[in-house]
Amino acid sequence: MIALIDYGAGNLTSVRKALRHLGAAFRVPKGPADLEGMAGIVVPGVGNFEATAVLAPEWRGAIASAVGRGTPLLGICLGLQWLFEGSEEAPTLDGLAAMPGTCALIRGDGYDGFGVFKVPHVGWNSLHVVRDSWLLDGVGEGDQVYFTHSYAAPVTADCVASTRYGVDFASAVQRDHVAGVQFHPEKSGDVGLRILRNFLEMAGR
Amino acid sequence: MLSKRIIACLDVRDGQVVKGINFEGLRSAGDPAALAQRYNREGIDEVVILDVTATIEKRKAMARTIQAVAQEIFLPLCVGGGINDEAHADAAIEAGADKVSLNTAAIARPELLTALARRYGSQAVIVAIDAKREGGAFRIYVRSGRQATDRDAVEWAREAAGRGAGEILLTSIDRDGTKSGFDCELTAAVSEAVSIPVIASGGAGTFDHFVDVFKAGKADAALAASIFHYAEHAVVDLKRHLAANGVPVRR
Repeated sequence: MIALIDYGAGNLTSVRKALRHLGAAFRVPKGPADLEGMAGIVVPGVGNFEATAVLAPEWRGAIASAVGRGTPLLGICLGLQWLFEGSEEAPTLDGLAAMPGTCALIRGDGYDGFGVFKVPHVGWNSLHVVRDSWLLDGVGEGDQVYFTHSYAAPVTADCVASTRYGVDFASAVQRDHVAGVQFHPEKSGDVGLRILRNFLEMAGR
Repeated sequence: MLSKRIIACLDVRDGQVVKGINFEGLRSAGDPAALAQRYNREGIDEVVILDVTATIEKRKAMARTIQAVAQEIFLPLCVGGGINDEAHADAAIEAGADKVSLNTAAIARPELLTALARRYGSQAVIVAIDAKREGGAFRIYVRSGRQATDRDAVEWAREAAGRGAGEILLTSIDRDGTKSGFDCELTAAVSEAVSIPVIASGGAGTFDHFVDVFKAGKADAALAASIFHYAEHAVVDLKRHLAANGVPVRR
């Protein structure tokens, strides 16, 4: 059983639809105690890092414990940013700190794209695969996925794919059984479904 | 590189896709779910369902049509037409929409944008602006293009972005259904005025019109309906043409 965490940051309809399509058994746990015995945890979310305040401290503690027990975790969009130590967007809040680094506003200094540089970064952009990972198994260099965000995680040793928009940021991260994607796999066509399937396989479904 | 998005619009009435010319004289083009599935296969980047007559006929967003389309695609799906309060927006999102687009209601009650952005995030809130050239400016019309307002498109786009809208769907009433090309001046004026993406709409007739609206019009995305409805593989061919002309697209 996969736990889909609903902390009020955006609607989960399309994530549910994608999980259902892939045949995953999942439920939205009512409280942190319900994470006991879950095969995997998905932390979705869009919007401001402030929204993750709801996760602290009980959810954060329960998710950290589950990860400590070896439960696979996937953060999506804001969920990826939350895997890091924190974000410039809400400097007083702590992330899960499963990975070192702080998320920052996307800046356009190095923008070499087509047209006007805008934040938020909305639309389909390419993945530059940095290294092999279970998360991106079957995903090719240059495959495109759908983003919508203003803040992004730095490229660190945990980065398995980066994307360029003004800066290079971590579009997919993975350390052992903890992974995150800045894009929306549930809205990224076949490539996105493949990535979700990889996570479900890691979680043993 | 961030790709320019190609968006297929399904103008829906009574559960069927129709396409009007200057919002009048609707003719049928097919089943929404079947069309969405075809576009998905052809590589469309996003789908918009517009209930073209909802504002006039006071109909609610068609949950069944939304569900049927959402089942077929794992792409961003936007729903608009007649969404005039939070309950309508909730119904569309629960049915499977990732984004809702507001037009008449946003002008009448701009605070609705802020409320929806708080609830779902700005990425879920699109402001649809229907504009018409008048003198040297672009006047906004509401109620499916039938009622003039005293609002200017560029000024309202700025305000809407400030109030929490995450994207702007900008339709040229002058060009809509004419196949004479997008209004690049209108699109560029709005795109340069705001930091959120602008989706150009109205007037797509040839593949070169898309090249123009991305280059001269500075659009972040372009939306069309009939150019995709009646020709198989139009999405594939359009993207090939854009790539050949230096416009980054997803392929």
